This record gives sequence, C-alpha cells and structure tokens, in this order.
Amino acid sequence: MDKMPNWADVILIPLISVLLALIASGLVVLYIGESPLEAMLVMIRGAFGSAYGWGYTLYYTTNFIFTGLAVAVAFHARMFNIGGEGQATLGGLGVALVLLLVPWPHWSVALLMAVLAGALLGAAWAAIPAYLQAKRGSHIVITTIMFNYIAAALLVYLLVNVFRVEGSMTPETARFAEVVHLPNAADFAGFFGFRASTPLNVSFFIALLACLAVWIMIWRTRLGYAIRAYGHSEKAGVYAGINPTTIIMVSMLISGGLAGMMAVNVVMGEAERLVLEFVEGAGFVGIAVALMGRSHPVGVILAALLFGALYQGGAELQFEMPAISREMVVVIQALVILFTGALDNMVRMPMERFFLALRRRGRAADTPAE
Amino acid sequence: MDFMTVLQLLDSTIRLATPLLLACLAGLYSERAGIFDIGLEGKMLAAAFMSAAVAFTSGSVWIGLLAGIGASMALSALHGLASITFRGNQLISGVAINFLAAGLTVVISQTWFNQGGRTPALTGPARFENIDWPGAAALRDSYRAARAEDPDTLDLTGIYWELISGHSILVYVAFLLVPLTWWLLFRTRFGLRLRAVGENPGAVDTAGVSVVGLRYAAVMICGVLCGIAGAYLATGLTAGFVKDMSAGRGFIALAALIFAKWRPWYALYACLLFGLLDAIGNRFQNIELLGIAVPVQFMQALPYILTVVILAGFIGKAVPPKAGGEPYVKER
Repeated sequence: MDKMPNWADVILIPLISVLLALIASGLVVLYIGESPLEAMLVMIRGAFGSAYGWGYTLYYTTNFIFTGLAVAVAFHARMFNIGGEGQATLGGLGVALVLLLVPWPHWSVALLMAVLAGALLGAAWAAIPAYLQAKRGSHIVITTIMFNYIAAALLVYLLVNVFRVEGSMTPETARFAEVVHLPNAADFAGFFGFRASTPLNVSFFIALLACLAVWIMIWRTRLGYAIRAYGHSEKAGVYAGINPTTIIMVSMLISGGLAGMMAVNVVMGEAERLVLEFVEGAGFVGIAVALMGRSHPVGVILAALLFGALYQGGAELQFEMPAISREMVVVIQALVILFTGALDNMVRMPMERFFLALRRRGRAADTPAE
Repeated sequence: MDFMTVLQLLDSTIRLATPLLLACLAGLYSERAGIFDIGLEGKMLAAAFMSAAVAFTSGSVWIGLLAGIGASMALSALHGLASITFRGNQLISGVAINFLAAGLTVVISQTWFNQGGRTPALTGPARFENIDWPGAAALRDSYRAARAEDPDTLDLTGIYWELISGHSILVYVAFLLVPLTWWLLFRTRFGLRLRAVGENPGAVDTAGVSVVGLRYAAVMICGVLCGIAGAYLATGLTAGFVKDMSAGRGFIALAALIFAKWRPWYALYACLLFGLLDAIGNRFQNIELLGIAVPVQFMQALPYILTVVILAGFIGKAVPPKAGGEPYVKER
C-alpha cells in the first residue's frame, strides 16, 4: 500500500519544498532590509512583463531544459551526473568546430550538424566517468566534478592558444559565418514584439523536442524500462538480465549528450562564437531543475521556466533594487536544491503521517457502528 | 634553477598546501564516519567571508577566526541535519551548501560593506602575521651580506629561515594536525568508533554506541577544520575576502583525500604535491619539460587528472569507507 496518493508525491511535496525555499529566500531579502514581496514583484515583472523579458526568460529556460533533462536521465539510472558543466563546455567545442571548419549552405543543415556535434562531444566527455563507474567502480560524482575542472582548463587552453583570432587579445574564436546565424524570436515570432536583439532562438524548439524524446525513451521504450528498473533496484535489474555496464554507459551518454546540446543555444544561437565560461553554471542549475521537476520532462520544463524567470528576474532586480546583488539568484537556487533534494524527507515524513492519519480516520468512519 | 629559487618554490608550496591540508583533513573525518562531503568548498568560502568580515569589524583576527569557524560549523550542522537526521542525499546536500555559500557570501558582504562582494582590506592585527623563528632574521641578513659579495653563495640555512620560519600560525597548526589526526583516528577509542561507523554502522549500533552522535561529531569536526582553512585563505594567505576566493580548493582537497586513500599522512603528501603544482603554475607561465612546452592550464588540471587516474585504479585502488554516502536506518 502506498503511504500517500501519487498526486501528493508528484505535485504537493515539490510545491511545499519550493515554497519553503522561497520563504527562506524571503527571509534573506528581509535581512538585507528590502521587502521580499516587492522584490518578487520586480522579478516577476522583469521576467514576464515584456517581450524583452520573455526573450531572456525563455532563452535561459532553453539552457536549463537541456541541463535539467541531462541530470534527470542520469537520475533514472540512479547516477548523479554533476558534470553537466564540463559536458556542456565540450559540447560548445563541438558546435564551434563544426561551424568554423565547414562552410554550411544553410543554417538548418548547420543546426542539425551542430546539435549532433554538441551531443557527441558532450557524450564523449561523460563516457570516461561512466566507463570508470561501470568497470572500475570509481564514484561518478567525484569523477564528473574532476572532469568539470579539466574541461574548463582545456577550454581556456584551446581559446588562448589555438582558436584565438590572430591579433586579438580576447580568448574567443572568430565569429561564425552570417549564413549559420540562427533565426531568433524576432524572425519567427516577431508579432509578439520580440526585437532583433533577443537571445531567444530556434534552439528553444529543439529543447522541447528533446523533452518529448526523453519522455518517449524513458516511459515508452524497452531501454527506458531497463534504465528505470536498474535505477529502482540494481539487484533486481541484474536478476532480470539487465547489464549494469550497458545501462550506466547508455544513460550517461544520453545525459552528456543532452548537456552538450545546451551549447547550441548559447554558442550558436546567442554568442555566435565560442567564448570563455559560456556555460555560466547552467550545468549546476540542471541539478535543481531535475530535482524540482521530479526527473519528468514536463516537470523539467516547468522547473526550467521557473529558473529561467529567476535568472532574468534576478538581472532586473539588480537594476531596480541595487541593495540586492545578482547572487541572490544563486541563494534561491541553493535553497531549492536544499529543500527539494537534501531535505526532501523533512517535508515527506510529516506528509506521509498526515495522509496515513487521514486514511485511518476515513476507514474508522466507514466501519458501521455496532 | 638555483637553490634559492627551489626554496622559494617550496616555501610557497607550504603556503598553498595549508588550506588544502586543512580542508582535506576535514573531509577525512567526515568521510571516515560515512558522511560524504562535497561541501568542503562552500564551508571554506563561508568561513573565509565570516573571518574577514568579523576580523575587519572587530580588529582582531582571532575573533575573526572564531566567527569563520562558526559559519563553517553552521553549514556543517545543516549538512548533518540533511544527511543524518533526515537521511537525505549527502551529495545533493553538499551541492546545495556550495551554492548557498557562493551566493550568501556575496549577498551579505554587499549589504555589510557595499564593495561589490568583497570585504575591505585587512591590516595589522586583523591579519595573521607571519611568525619569524628565533635567529631567522639574523641568518637571512648574513646570507644577504654574503650574496652581495659573491652572487653564487650557497646557504643551507635558507632551509631554516625561508622554508621553516616565517609562516602564519595556522600553517603550523595545519601541519601539526596531521599527526594529531592520525593519533586520534588510529590510537583512540573515539577514532576506532568513528572509523567503524563509516564501515559498518550496524555493528557500532549493536555495541550500544550512538551512530547519529558519532556522525554528528565527525561532521562538526569537519566544520571546525574547514573554518580554519577558510580563515587562513582570507586572513593569512591574503588580506580580505573576495568573491569565490576558495576557487575550487575544496574540490582539490577532496581530490587529495581520494589520492591519499582517506589516510592522514598520505593526505599531507597529496596536499603538498597539489600545492607544489599550484606553486609551479603561479611562478612559471610556461614550463619546458623534455623539450615540450607544458601549458599552464595543464598544470592547473593536473590534480584533477591525477585523481581520476587514481580513482580508476591504475595506480593502486582507492576504496572509500564502505558505508560512505548511505544514511543509517536503525533496525526496529
């Protein structure tokens, strides 16, 4: 017998956890000496109040969908992929290589190839930690953290010594050709009032497609079933003939690939060249997004939207309430991870007791009095 | 490279290894007791900020140190609450703590000092002064006088006045903590129990010793040591807090811990090795090795690469404490 109804597990508990995180964040704002309510209004207005705001919100959302899905897929196999940051970095390298080396005739072909290249290098960067976990038992959390730092050093080296444009001091690649610039929201949704400078681009739809693909893969295929079964119980999975090495490798490759695809949005869609530290922590936000979205694509979209709004709203907050620095967003992100992830049982235990008591009372009422 | 350059390199190795060593020993206590801690970085950062902020306000570095330790212990308590009391995922809790520290330190320092997420520079008694050992200054002067006459003078007393003397007190504390940790973990009853709780908490429970109590004790010791590490960063190594000043040192310490296979003396060697890599990277931008120019980024990534190699088991196998990462559920 389940201790509580499904909807409570999927919707109620995450909502309460996020609420607690927001209350705790509000207390921090209060301590700074500003009104939490006003700060929240500024953020909501900044994120959703204009086409300008929406453009940035959805642009960030796109990043977080990719990295959130990456963490979520790994979670299903009970792998904690904390290396989204490094995998996205490598993804950016793949995207830049493909766009710089080949003279593409049209952006659509280039986009397809950039997605493939980003996913390929992202997956490759996840492959080594995955292999070491599967074959050597090296803890994937530690190895992926190490790979984040190695990736960062690699990117600096390549941008400073290999890709830097002759004569330029900035460590970045040349701009990509005009023809591979992706259509942005001003092109395909200009009627909403998006300007030409908006960062929101067609990668957003690729992110949504990725959600659909992940949903089908996890819940509608034999592979997805194997991943979930293995994630639920390693022993039962092995007993059922599931090969742990395959599951660990496949789930981590998909995870790394998704993280790598995030680079398409930033490198190809926005910066139009490869720059230093372009991932900007999106790999880590993915952890919060996956936890909050309960590793379900729909949940990931909603959580990514929340964090997209937080990032854009946070930027606006800095202008309107200078006392609150931009790092407030990091605090909120930390509290969401804390409450939805680490302190999950703090909410869950009392809820389970509450629903059990409710059920017992219900049963007592059903029994006819004698 | 002449002898003095080597000495200076080793001298800065010691300085740079100190925060790593403190954080590494901190992780050692926690992980030996079965609580994974990837929040070393965040605790160091929080302690760095608190120690610098309070040292500046109070004018005393010792009060700053206490405040830093307090901040780090508060985060440790949070980690304990999440991973011991509520049996949450220790890794996720660590991630949350890292972000919490990264965000809160900047937000609060902006409120307190309004200097773009840093504290004002510390001077005088608000910093840990370097301690000159007896006779060090005299020996240094006699070396300098000798060098003025003959630039090729080789002076072995430099080991004393350059390498051993002239560090802040926390450096010596860190190095003394290595034998102390070894003794505590391997020669006392508390240490035996602490290690047992990381390998087989069920057995410890059966013996009538509190698993929860021991694990909290280990996590709080970890908080104290991370606090000292952070305070050293902001008040010893530099003079004040800067945003993200821990700069991945917590993770290098974690790498060193794995490199050392969770043993105190090896932790010292691993931290010295990583400190040396850091010192070399700081001093030389380009290193020629066997005719190949080694990029500085490679030197920076080397600790992480070495750790992955160790984890892969190609050079000996690093086996973590058996019950590490698993919350303990008492049998009913």
